[in-house]
Amino acid sequence: MNTPKRHYTRPLDLRHGCIDMNHGAGGRLSAQLIEEVFARAFDNEFLRQGNDGALLPVPVGQQLVMATDGHVISPLFFPGGDIGCLAVNGTLNDVAMLGATPLYLSACFILEEGLPLAELKRIVQSMAKAALDAGVPIVTGDTKVVERGKGDGVFITTTGIGIVPEGRMIGGAQARPGDAVLLSGTIGEHGAAVLSQRASLEFETTIKSDTAALHTLVAAMLAVAAAGEIRVLRDPTRGGLATTLNEIAGQSNVGMMLQESAIPILPQVDAACELLGLDPMYIANEGKLVAIVAPEAASAVLAAMHAHSLGHAAACIGSVTEDANRFIQMDTRVGGRRVVDWLSGEPLPRIC
Amino acid sequence: MKYIDEFRDGALARNIAANIAIEVKATRRYSFMEFCGGHTHALARYGVADLLPPNLRMIHGPGCPVCVLPIGRVDMGLRLALDAGVILCTYGDVMRVPASDGLSLMRAKARGADIRMVYSPLDALKLAVDNPRREVVFLAIGFETTTPPTALAIKQAAREGLKNFSVLCCHVLTPAAITHILESPEVLQYGTVEIDGFVGPAHVSIVIGSGPYEGFAKTHRKPVVIAGFEPLDVMQAILMLVRQVNDGRAEIENEFTRAVSREGNARAQAVTADVLEVRDTFEWRGLGEVPMSALQIRPEYALFDAEQRFDLNYRAVPDHKQCECGAILRGVKKPIDCKLFGTICTPDNPMGSCMVSSEGACAAHYSYGRFRDIPVVAA
Repeated sequence: MNTPKRHYTRPLDLRHGCIDMNHGAGGRLSAQLIEEVFARAFDNEFLRQGNDGALLPVPVGQQLVMATDGHVISPLFFPGGDIGCLAVNGTLNDVAMLGATPLYLSACFILEEGLPLAELKRIVQSMAKAALDAGVPIVTGDTKVVERGKGDGVFITTTGIGIVPEGRMIGGAQARPGDAVLLSGTIGEHGAAVLSQRASLEFETTIKSDTAALHTLVAAMLAVAAAGEIRVLRDPTRGGLATTLNEIAGQSNVGMMLQESAIPILPQVDAACELLGLDPMYIANEGKLVAIVAPEAASAVLAAMHAHSLGHAAACIGSVTEDANRFIQMDTRVGGRRVVDWLSGEPLPRIC
Repeated sequence: MKYIDEFRDGALARNIAANIAIEVKATRRYSFMEFCGGHTHALARYGVADLLPPNLRMIHGPGCPVCVLPIGRVDMGLRLALDAGVILCTYGDVMRVPASDGLSLMRAKARGADIRMVYSPLDALKLAVDNPRREVVFLAIGFETTTPPTALAIKQAAREGLKNFSVLCCHVLTPAAITHILESPEVLQYGTVEIDGFVGPAHVSIVIGSGPYEGFAKTHRKPVVIAGFEPLDVMQAILMLVRQVNDGRAEIENEFTRAVSREGNARAQAVTADVLEVRDTFEWRGLGEVPMSALQIRPEYALFDAEQRFDLNYRAVPDHKQCECGAILRGVKKPIDCKLFGTICTPDNPMGSCMVSSEGACAAHYSYGRFRDIPVVAA
């Protein structure tokens, strides 16, 4: 007599297997991939509902914040992180930059035919860890497979939902002349770490990506500021600090005056940028934030940043000025003055 | 950063600025041309203009390799990539140089041409080894600094017997360009461009030495001070030029002694001379045809010469009618004098080559200095 088989399935070969088109066909293999790779790693009560969407409780008296972010980084793994933790932290930060507490995440995976399952597993586990560390569950998701050559291993889009109390208004249009410009730490690590791994650029360095979820730092800053004193929060990712400040100046119709000597940077990042002919002001960060803060709150907020592990190197780098031209100007180290312009179409590789 | 931060020190900069202010005579004007884009960039990036007296003007010279690359040369690369189906490799900045038909290498890439940005000609060589069934062409540009690596790559390709690697050689020579400017009608006849001296090239001089400039001091009575690319290097060189002018001297002085000798790098010169030879004439954007001002691949290495391998002919293409890049590169006009500057010619959409590289006079002024043109107004 035949013995009944336990599951009548053969487990995925997570060591030697690769993604093929069948994993995206919507049949048994798709379900198995979701079950054995994604559901197992991300497990939580909402995901366990097993539906195409997640049914979520809505906190009373709060406004919702929603942000979405696509991640197409190459290489997938880099010193200090990988596309997985980057996809979680990046979206959590976009939610946190509105002064919100992130509650839920969704994740969409575009997998390229041929992607080793071992790599996918590593990425998914890194996402799961980042989500767990942040205390924000991944509650729903989707997976698609594209033919070889039509993706770059894996693209991940994450969406985050958070809550913010009624009346809290933090955003790019809130900066006012006289406000202080605070930066949470050293610039350029993420971009420099990724560039160090690029084929044809490879150089040996100790630089690691700064990828981190910033919502607890934001909470610590909000705790010491009165309502409205923190005007703008933004994470200077693609385009770097320079581009972020220009975005804010544009939205708020103000200028800024910076002091180059006040901008913190690690010597190894400075050296790598020098070597590659790049300006660290334009290099991406994934675990830093810029805060535009009312002048009377600046020292308390800066102290709160210094007390947090993600803000110990925070600095006041300048102030907001009245300027209809919306110039970001900077007093240089040698004592001259320059514009810190938008990033202009540099032929840089993809970094986030 | 050791050995670099010392040359960006604020206190020392103020000190040199004070000395320049003391030594310039209020009764006269001083106009110096910094030849290299590296100097132009340092001046703009650090706002050095703010530290100089009002009667001292810096003229941005033609020493930005991307800026002097004429449309016709980029077109040759485009034809190779679009029509001959080669893998075309080049340095990052070249990707955005405007060419004919609204194209650039970047735009051709979007249309399907296989164009790769490389940091070194050896990367192009590696691509040729890795893609034996494809033709790989390195579009080589630059002054004497980037020339030896190109020559080395050709030598290595010859040694390894590579059959699918060639170079589209657009290397140009610094001394010929300086002579051309000094003998231009604006300087010689009309006096519309006053040049009291030159801040001489940094990296170029490491290779060729300070010797080749000696003629300028003797024949044209113009002082040259060779300077490094850090802001303090440039400021110190300006101070040395002011002193020479005040003393009525016209000498070759070397501020960049930590890297430049009179003889230069003999091995680099030898490799270059072995593989490359001087062309009869070459078109420079802005300067036009300049005799004996560029290099071509020697007949012994003809196999690696893309111009011969693909039977390419050079066809000159005029710049946009209103583009003032030519006049700007000769020091006749400033970026702000150009109608296109900041209106339809911007770093994101360069019409002229001076807007392409951050070493170009227009891009440097746009990106770092345009606040000086526009008074800050209240919102």
